[in-house]
Amino acid sequence: MNVFLALTFSGIALGAIYFLAASGLSLIYGLMDILNFAHGLFMTLGAYVAWDVASHLPTSWGAPLLFSIAVVASIIGGALAAGLTEVLLIRPLYGRPVSQILVTIGLDLAVVGLLLGGFGSNSLSIPVPLWLIEASRVGGLDLPNSNFVALVAGVVILVALELFLHRTRYGITIRAGVENRDMVSALGINVGRAFTLVFVIGGAMAGLAGLLYAVVFSGDLISPTQGDSLLIFAFIVVVIGGLGSIRGSAVAALVVGLVQDYTNFYLGSHSGMAEIGNLSVVLLLALVLEWRPRGLFGSTL
Amino acid sequence: MSPSVRRAAIALGLVAVAALVPFIGLHLPWILPSTVNVVNSTGTLEVLALSFVFAGVALGYDVIFGYTGLLSLGPVMYFATGVYVFDITLTHWNWPLASALVATFAVSLVLAILLGAIALRVSGIAFTMVTLAFAQAFYYLVEDNPHGLTGGDTGLALYSSRLPAFLSGAVSNTRNLYWIALGFLVVSYAVVWLVTESETGHVLVAIRENERRLEVLGIRPFRYKLAAYTLSSLVATGGGVAYILLIGTAVPSAVASVTVTLSILVMVVLGGAGTRWGAVTGAVIYVYLQQYLLKVAAEPSFATLPAFLRVPLSQPQFLLGLIFVLFVLFVPGGIAGVVTRRRLRSAARLFDATSAVPTTIPMEEP
Repeated sequence: MNVFLALTFSGIALGAIYFLAASGLSLIYGLMDILNFAHGLFMTLGAYVAWDVASHLPTSWGAPLLFSIAVVASIIGGALAAGLTEVLLIRPLYGRPVSQILVTIGLDLAVVGLLLGGFGSNSLSIPVPLWLIEASRVGGLDLPNSNFVALVAGVVILVALELFLHRTRYGITIRAGVENRDMVSALGINVGRAFTLVFVIGGAMAGLAGLLYAVVFSGDLISPTQGDSLLIFAFIVVVIGGLGSIRGSAVAALVVGLVQDYTNFYLGSHSGMAEIGNLSVVLLLALVLEWRPRGLFGSTL
Repeated sequence: MSPSVRRAAIALGLVAVAALVPFIGLHLPWILPSTVNVVNSTGTLEVLALSFVFAGVALGYDVIFGYTGLLSLGPVMYFATGVYVFDITLTHWNWPLASALVATFAVSLVLAILLGAIALRVSGIAFTMVTLAFAQAFYYLVEDNPHGLTGGDTGLALYSSRLPAFLSGAVSNTRNLYWIALGFLVVSYAVVWLVTESETGHVLVAIRENERRLEVLGIRPFRYKLAAYTLSSLVATGGGVAYILLIGTAVPSAVASVTVTLSILVMVVLGGAGTRWGAVTGAVIYVYLQQYLLKVAAEPSFATLPAFLRVPLSQPQFLLGLIFVLFVLFVPGGIAGVVTRRRLRSAARLFDATSAVPTTIPMEEP
């Protein structure tokens, strides 16, 4: 039973990171009809910017401060990369959705190639405070502190995103744009600005997701292709949750995280089934599509 | 001569030249890397054969992406099916060559119809994501090395006593393997030509242009989409068989990862989606660049370059990605699009109607 509870907890933490990655993708798709392949790149870049900043600051500042700076750096790095992508590459291709997808694929290939050339394919290590590697005893269970950090980040971002989308002017514009983009621009509202904003928000969340994934599930290690493998699961979460739906993404992220964690633990130890966790997630996707082709939460925000 | 006869003549001529390449001992010092700068050297023949294999696969992919307008990210799954089923039935189970071939295509056919039918339940972006997810699941399966069949990350070398001697991976057989790769390309070209010029081919283009209108006319697009998906999958499987014969080893990262799908996509877009010779040209240029850039990066004079130039230039993935982005931004329609526009422009000049030049390409949907 204790094992099951501990598994549930780490599954939720994994789900929280999937949510960070998927909600940005879902918003971008909902508003702009773009399948953003560069989202995995934003995650990778967030982690690399965090690593770069943290490793250039004096170690005498102490691990907790350095890690906090790394977190901020990952968010800024992801947001900056995404904003530049939208303005320089997506904007010239408005009205050509296939080309927009292709350009994000090319960008991902090129920059990941650059990272491979510059840093090599070996993993780099992010400095983290000791506390983050330890576990806390809660109700008789030893739960990793890093999982708490992922969970808190996921919940904070979900609440902030919901407040932003429902209580602010820009948020309402974005929601209206997801619902009916042509109507919003017909009313004289600048949808172009909302496009850039959605990319920046999505990129910021992706950058944070990239860093957190490295810290929580990858032993503090980052590599150039990490974001791309995470991206596949973010895609699956977005489709299961329903394209364009934030709440759908949140629910689907939890389900996917839990399914992956359970199957990995209970079935993955058998020979030739090391990847059963990943396979089961794809199977889940196929089942959901058979039952509900538009995903769990349809296509509304 | 009617245009189609002329095109067939040109195609036959090119095939004849390609078939004679193994007998041509020409030196091409600047076009080919210095280590293999003779045209019929083993290294050059291998690179050419590899480009033919991918040209065939890209042609098949063009049927689903360029002609039908469905952005599938699953072709690598069928390529890998060709590689692994053929390799496993021969190497592990020692089946006769013919049975291995039949089994390979049968598995691919079943997979394509089954998974295609599931993926085609959704359209647009969701279809793209689902095909990607299936291909990725296949990759995990292969990497997992179930029952020691695929060899996992260490790979599975093709070795079988049932394989005829002239097809084994020995260096002296490169010429035979080259012809097999060329044969595969010719067959795929013929099949894709026949299908895209047929009535079915016109329905596929109609699906790309306006699917709803087709439904209004009483034609159900689903069956046609599934047919296009299955055809392109079977062609990819044929490419997988040619690949494993040529290269001799199956490694998941080289034959089953999403990178393979993306390179096929890049080939088709570089050459020009929705055109047959565009896909072939794109694939040949892609493979040439990829292999050639690797050779250049290995040369000693290259090490003297400053780091900010050497690092990006030593990564074919970076350069190909960059070229791809520039093509998408500035050369819509790829190489074929440029040629078509030029031809249209000169035709228009003949008719003294330069203002009416169509400059858009057929691929892009609103």
